[in-house]
Amino acid sequence: MNIAVAKPDKPDTASDNFAAVSARVPGAGKVADTRRQALDTFQRIGLPHRRIEDWKYTDLRALMREVLPLAAAPEATALARAETAAKLHAIDGVRRLVLVDGVLAPDLSDLAGLEAGLSIRSLSEALQAGDDRVLSLDTADPMVALNTALMTDGVVIEVADGTTLARPLHILHITSGGAPAAMFTRSRIALGNAAVATVVESYVAGEGASAYQVHDSAVISVGDHARLDYVRIVEDAPEAFNITSAAVSVGAHAHFNAFGITTGGLVSRYQAVVTVAGSHSEVQTNGVNLLNGKQHADTTLVMNHDVPHCASREGFRAVVDDRGHSVFQGRINVRQPAQQTDAKMMTRALLLSDEAEVDNKPELEIFADDVTCGHGAAVGALDDSLLFYLRARGLPQKEAEAMLIQAFVGEAIEAIADDNLRELVTAAAVRWLEARQ
Amino acid sequence: MAAVQETVDRVRQIDVDQYRYGFETLIESEKAPKGLSEDIVRFISAKKNEPDWMLQWRLEAYRRWLTMVEPTWARVDYPKIDFQDLYYYAAPKPKKTVGSLDEIDPEILKTYEKLGIPLREVAILEGVEPRPGEPDTPSRKIAVDAVFDSVSVATTFQAELKKAGVIFMPISEAIKHHPELVQKYLGSVVPTSDNFYATLNSAVFSDGSFVYVPPGVRCPMELSTYFRINERNTGQFERTLIIADKGSYVSYLEGCTAPQRDENQLHAAVVELVAMDDAEIKYSTVQNWYPGNSEGKGGIYNFVTKRGDCRGANSKISWTQVETGSAITWKYPSCILRGDNSRGEFYSIAISNGYQQVDSGTKMIHLGKNTSSRIISKGIAAGKSQNTYRGLVTAHRKATGARNFTACDSLLIGDQCGAHTVPYIEAKNASALFEHEATTSKISEDVLFYCIQRGLSQEEAVGLVVNGFVKDVLQQLPMEFAVEAQKLISISLEGSVG
Repeated sequence: MNIAVAKPDKPDTASDNFAAVSARVPGAGKVADTRRQALDTFQRIGLPHRRIEDWKYTDLRALMREVLPLAAAPEATALARAETAAKLHAIDGVRRLVLVDGVLAPDLSDLAGLEAGLSIRSLSEALQAGDDRVLSLDTADPMVALNTALMTDGVVIEVADGTTLARPLHILHITSGGAPAAMFTRSRIALGNAAVATVVESYVAGEGASAYQVHDSAVISVGDHARLDYVRIVEDAPEAFNITSAAVSVGAHAHFNAFGITTGGLVSRYQAVVTVAGSHSEVQTNGVNLLNGKQHADTTLVMNHDVPHCASREGFRAVVDDRGHSVFQGRINVRQPAQQTDAKMMTRALLLSDEAEVDNKPELEIFADDVTCGHGAAVGALDDSLLFYLRARGLPQKEAEAMLIQAFVGEAIEAIADDNLRELVTAAAVRWLEARQ
Repeated sequence: MAAVQETVDRVRQIDVDQYRYGFETLIESEKAPKGLSEDIVRFISAKKNEPDWMLQWRLEAYRRWLTMVEPTWARVDYPKIDFQDLYYYAAPKPKKTVGSLDEIDPEILKTYEKLGIPLREVAILEGVEPRPGEPDTPSRKIAVDAVFDSVSVATTFQAELKKAGVIFMPISEAIKHHPELVQKYLGSVVPTSDNFYATLNSAVFSDGSFVYVPPGVRCPMELSTYFRINERNTGQFERTLIIADKGSYVSYLEGCTAPQRDENQLHAAVVELVAMDDAEIKYSTVQNWYPGNSEGKGGIYNFVTKRGDCRGANSKISWTQVETGSAITWKYPSCILRGDNSRGEFYSIAISNGYQQVDSGTKMIHLGKNTSSRIISKGIAAGKSQNTYRGLVTAHRKATGARNFTACDSLLIGDQCGAHTVPYIEAKNASALFEHEATTSKISEDVLFYCIQRGLSQEEAVGLVVNGFVKDVLQQLPMEFAVEAQKLISISLEGSVG
């Protein structure tokens, strides 16, 4: 006989967290209402599971089981640990914005001497001021709802019309350590018309941090004739969870070039909805997952073409070793007015072990007839003949494999425009390969 | 002027309402009362003089069905079906016990003649040449099992098949004459608990075809079933079971039509294929159920479960389908590649026009070693239709050396239709090699211009391009079907351009 699956006396962490967040970041008016509704949505659905089509391959009910309590605001010891981590993961030539345990740490961030046209605020400031532009994420998804209900802090970056940022911005999420806890953050990146910026966002752990949960989100808008280069690096601790949702809106004649690499974390999911709302724009999103152990990484991209004459390219590569599990779900929606759309999506995966798993679901949904759309998916092992070729020239097995894998992921990494960041990402891939040997 | 008259005729033909097979046959029929209950299941079973084990099997399915909910994941949209407002059994009223073809109601025979299905095998058997002016008899022999509403009315070439040892008969007969085979294989590929419509079918199926090809036999002719829904408000639930024993081969064709009616009719069939060691089954379908009129009124709901099990080593199952009919199509002919070195193939052309909705595709489930599969799907959407390819390719942990190649292409004709692709690709084995590619486009203006400039009409040019687009699949069809399918394609696309 089946035993009832109800969990009666289980504490409701979402409610407890909500009380804690409300005390810290009250919010007002629409912000407060939206948060309350989002909490209701999450409590009604709960953690997503495989019966929810969008979460078919990432069953958080089985993987995450529960939402951890809200992380405490960082104290001196936490900030000290974070500072060490920040030095370790510093990137040259960038303006750094550091979030420690989900809270913007001004002392660790370069907030002084902002160039003209650049404005940086904390999310809590924006929320308390009742700025509802940070709310434009669809809370139908339970994890977006959870994040909306509980977001405590983040950065709000606004780049004025016509401004070109000389230095890339680096949003660094650091979990300082201490008791396992959950962080709920949201950032907003808004580029005005003809603005140009590069933003890199990375997720790292301080010493001793292991089983924590990052619940992040981003609201990104790219104005007409603007260009945003966005690089995302997930290097969380081996036991950590990272669930990030993003909504991107791209104006006319604009460029959005995004890249993501995941080497860290136990379970991670990046779900982004990119909407091309102005014609003659170009969107490029590329990604690389390098997984081993029992890592599970999910990339879910929805590309909405609402207007004519736009192009989008999605390229995704996964290398999966041990019992790793990589998921790619891509959907290109071409609405009826979006004639002359040119959309392509390609996902490729390398399986390095018999216990690894790769699931791909590249979807096309097309309502316009004058379009060129395509997708491709390929899954396989390393080519034996190539390995043989390299080994015949004296390379040891592992080195030969590393060389082929590096070439495989390198094709995606090449899409990063900024030389410095491209090298940084390549270095992250090389580190992963070296650790494998 | 001749040209003007030609244009008028052409325009008249273009009307989507011109469904060629929309006539109704007026014959008396015997129906079970409307609605579904245990009593109806018992009634159907009793009507068929079924043994008790069959009744119990049906009842178990019925009880399970009561606990199930209709699937909603497909990209199709239709008003909720009232399952109590359907007739689950309709049979042409027998005048007396039917002993030979001559005793069948001549109305039914006429129906099949109108459809171009030769049930009269006599002429061929006796070697009589058709006189000039008479309809041509097929040059190759095809044994036909004709299913009219819920019952099988005639099966041809019984004697010749018997000589080869091939069993080809209505499944209701097989339950009586070959219970050991039916009991062994029925529900072994699509179990009674499989899905909402398959479970419903298990409870109420009334007839269908049964084929058993003994070891080492190459079936001497193509086998064919022709399905016809005639009665009003009836659901057609047929069940087909094909078993190809070790080293045998069989090619099976299936065709379907229905009269034009304003209400929607439900067709929920189950097809099970079993291929043992070294056996091969080739299953071809030309589905041309009534698609509804140009306003989207009426038409058949085609909710079908088709699955083949490559149970033995080196076995092969190949599905070929040309889907032009039905208001809604919901079908995914699948292959379970269980035996080592087994092979599954799926070739499909799905054409939707008017308000048709198609959600179709395949599943290739790789379980054995060195299994391979190939999927070629061509979707063509015109009018205000929605055409979705949905497919699953999966390699189990132990499926070393699994190979798949998938190409699914969509063609959009007109800007009111939609074409969608939803593939699921799951690899759990490092040596699996899966390739998938999909494209969506419209017919290139350059190509059309080229054809028109050389004197083809716009419609002819589109027909030419479309036939080229679907060539890969047409080539897989047996010859007689290929010709029919080619005609069908141009008919179903009429009215889509201009």
